[in-house]
Amino acid sequence: MIGIVSCGIGNVQSVLNAFARLGHEAMAVEDPARLGEADRIVLPGVGAFPSCMRRLQESGFRAALDRDVKSGKPFLGVCVGMQLMAETGTEFGDMPGLGYIPGRVELIPKTSPDLRIPHIGWNDLRIARPTPLLAGLDTDSACYFVHSYALRCAEEQDVAAWTDYGSPVVAAVARGNVFGLQAHPEKSQLVGLRILDNFARLPC
Amino acid sequence: MLKIRVVPMLYLMNGLVVRSEGFREFKAIGNPVAEMERYGEWLADELVYLDITRDGEHDFGREDHKFKGERDIVAILRQIAASCFMPLAFGGRVKTMADVDRFIRNGADKVVICSQAFREPALVTAVAEKYGAQAMVVGIDVRREDDGRHRVHVDQGRTPVDEAPEAYARRMEAAGAGEILLNSIDRDGAAEGYDVEITRRIADAVSIPVVACGGVGDFSDFRAGIDEGHASAVAAGNIFHFTEMSYKRAKRYLKDKGYGVRYPYPG
Repeated sequence: MIGIVSCGIGNVQSVLNAFARLGHEAMAVEDPARLGEADRIVLPGVGAFPSCMRRLQESGFRAALDRDVKSGKPFLGVCVGMQLMAETGTEFGDMPGLGYIPGRVELIPKTSPDLRIPHIGWNDLRIARPTPLLAGLDTDSACYFVHSYALRCAEEQDVAAWTDYGSPVVAAVARGNVFGLQAHPEKSQLVGLRILDNFARLPC
Repeated sequence: MLKIRVVPMLYLMNGLVVRSEGFREFKAIGNPVAEMERYGEWLADELVYLDITRDGEHDFGREDHKFKGERDIVAILRQIAASCFMPLAFGGRVKTMADVDRFIRNGADKVVICSQAFREPALVTAVAEKYGAQAMVVGIDVRREDDGRHRVHVDQGRTPVDEAPEAYARRMEAAGAGEILLNSIDRDGAAEGYDVEITRRIADAVSIPVVACGGVGDFSDFRAGIDEGHASAVAAGNIFHFTEMSYKRAKRYLKDKGYGVRYPYPG
């Protein structure tokens, strides 16, 4: 069963709807004590890094996630949920993240004056290396992005896919059992559903 | 490369999708959930629903639709969101943070705020802080007056505003808007093309994406919105509602003309 972390920082219902469409059993987990019942975990996130991180701490999910992720459960962070996986966030000042992926979350570089931020819309995934999360996708598969900040990985081998917006922007990360997607798979139609289906089928 | 979005607009009045003309005349054309399903099958880039129900007005007396009144707007949203695997913006009649919370909680990815953004910019800021700027779309309605000047209007086109359109757009950007949905009152439903002049003036004045809306009569109007209007996304209502297979054909047209649109169709 897929557990969707539900502590008021993400659009849990959309993720549930997507797994329901795919025929995978998923549930919103509101009590961190029950996270252990899930055999894989999705962390959706929307909003600012510090407020999301604080919610994770205060709700007790931080500790539960650390334990489960360390135990080897497949984990997927979506949008800000992926950014929270970083060591450090910089939105409204430096703040430690979950620390699952070495790197920092920084504002998308405004490489030209006409580069509009936030980065909103459909953009191509450029696959950096094969990962089970992105299996079966062409390199020009477009996903829906909405973000102003982006994860900058300290170790390039963590990058599973890039997207190009003024400069290369990390679109997906993979490190052992932890995965992250900057785009919104639950809003990326067939491509996004394929990614969620891949995640739901990871061995665990 | 970031794609140019092509966005179907759905106006809701008393729970039904309506065709709008000049912000004054409305005709019921469909059920909001069925329309979402149709655009989902067409793999639309995004959907925008705007509730334009007038205060104090009631339903059309149609009993053949499931949704009767404006009270059901959240029920409509929930049904739409349940099988909407594309970005969904929802707005209209948003007055308070509680309205925003209700839309986001029930499945909207973005909220569109129009008149209240003008009256209470602090609400725009609060929404951006709570849900992120990307979820905060400010709707700006502009009319080209008889003297050729463009004027922002609020209250669904009924109340003119003195502030210059560019200054207003910049003020909304500073307040926290992540996107501007620009609608032309006089082009609404007119099929004469976008008001590219005001689109460009606003798109050039801000650094957030601007969605052009109002007036598309044929596919070449999309090109004008992009090339001359500098819009990041092009929206339309009637051309998608009334022309067979028009969404996919619009994408094909733009792709063939060399525009970077998403084309997730075989062939």
